[in-house]
Amino acid sequence: MIEIRNLSKSFTLHNQGSAVIPVMQDAALHVAAGECVGLIGASGAGKSTLMRMVWGNYLAASGVIRVGGLDVASAEPRQIIRLRRDTLGYVSQFLRVVPRVPTREVVAEPLLNLGVPPDQARDRAASLLARLNIPERLWSLSPTTFSGGEQQRVNIARGFAHGYPALLLDEPTASLDATNREVVLALIEEAKARGAAILGIFHDEAARARVCDRVVDVRDFTPKAAA
Amino acid sequence: MDFMQKSVAPSVETPLLSVQGLTKRYGARIGCADIGFDLFPGEVLGIVGESGSGKSTLLSCLAGHLAPDEGQVIFDTASGPRDTVTMPEAERRRMARTDWAYVHQNPRDGLRMGVSAGGNVGERLMAIGARHYGEIRETAVDWLGRVEIAADRIDDRPRAFSGGMQQRLQIARNLVTGPRLVFMDEPTGGLDVSVQARLLDLLRGLVREMGLSAIIVTHDLAVVRLLADRLMVMKGGYVVEQGLTDQVLDDPQHAYTQLLVSSVLQV
Repeated sequence: MIEIRNLSKSFTLHNQGSAVIPVMQDAALHVAAGECVGLIGASGAGKSTLMRMVWGNYLAASGVIRVGGLDVASAEPRQIIRLRRDTLGYVSQFLRVVPRVPTREVVAEPLLNLGVPPDQARDRAASLLARLNIPERLWSLSPTTFSGGEQQRVNIARGFAHGYPALLLDEPTASLDATNREVVLALIEEAKARGAAILGIFHDEAARARVCDRVVDVRDFTPKAAA
Repeated sequence: MDFMQKSVAPSVETPLLSVQGLTKRYGARIGCADIGFDLFPGEVLGIVGESGSGKSTLLSCLAGHLAPDEGQVIFDTASGPRDTVTMPEAERRRMARTDWAYVHQNPRDGLRMGVSAGGNVGERLMAIGARHYGEIRETAVDWLGRVEIAADRIDDRPRAFSGGMQQRLQIARNLVTGPRLVFMDEPTGGLDVSVQARLLDLLRGLVREMGLSAIIVTHDLAVVRLLADRLMVMKGGYVVEQGLTDQVLDDPQHAYTQLLVSSVLQV
């Protein structure tokens, strides 16, 4: 479902003497349907960079990133937009929403974008919010004023609203208490059971051991000159 | 349901708007130069750049308010793709009333300030042939509701409205005729941030429900991050970078875009 080959990445900082910083070389991995692969490596080793390249908000310098038949590294913007709508979900560490939009709408939005009838989309949003222990009195409020842990759970609910065939999870259990951590791990296991291919970053080692079938060490992709 | 049709993408897509080699000079000075892009149905394109970068000139050329010196602006009309630059003036005006809409930064430029709110919306309907008073008023009430203006304000003139309300009224006036393409020039400029948020939410909902395509000119990167699918960055009349919105903002490739993104204050 997700296949990466010969992937490399460098940043060119034009306003700092055009410094070119190679950050990744010859990265390769694959994630099959129903499988969860964890990225490991110290902070700054390139885990998030790799995830962002799969999501398409970081450009690859060379290589192939195949997600469900589309090469994200060479795709047109509108192909990536369609991929994100239908096929690829992403739970990032930060919630980015239009202020003032109620939490329930934020969670239902991926389904509304797919053309799911509004009632159905909102019901699905409500059941996820309830499962993630967001009190119902908060559903009509914008999540922008919520605590970090609550925002994280809204983000997770949004990411799991649609049954994406491929999912990227960036520290989905960070800043969660034991109860909610358990709910998130169960959601991940259910997604695997329905056949989703998941690529994740988990600093929580117990969580990683429980949901990941394999791990990939991104330090193997560090450019040789910089190592 | 109309929104169900949107998710069924046709196998071969025709761009709604196809722009090639568009250039506008002011004497020896460049307004915008060699602009080219395709806009597909349902897409929102953001154009960013600082004052004087040519983004407003470009928008005016696209919307037919300014005649470009070179280039084509091909719109997929009901009778097939047509170059709007070379089409007769009368035909272009008819298209501006039906298929296109233009939301000005200053609502005063897009509204008739001496006419009631209902009149502002109804006037656009009459311009395309609506004659039944009851139906026009009913549609006007419906649209005022969609842009969150209370029905009891229908007979008030826009002068009596706040800036945010005026901007929402302008949007209702523009969208009532069911256009396929909306041009927006700094639609949230000059509004308080809380009013901006409300307007962004409204625009996002309308784009999704109506399957609109839009071209939004702004200098506000936060606005394009939330509204635009794709982004073009302009400097000195040229497009220096374009791509998926979050890619251009998170991993900018051009020196100017890097400067622009790194200059934004974090809140």
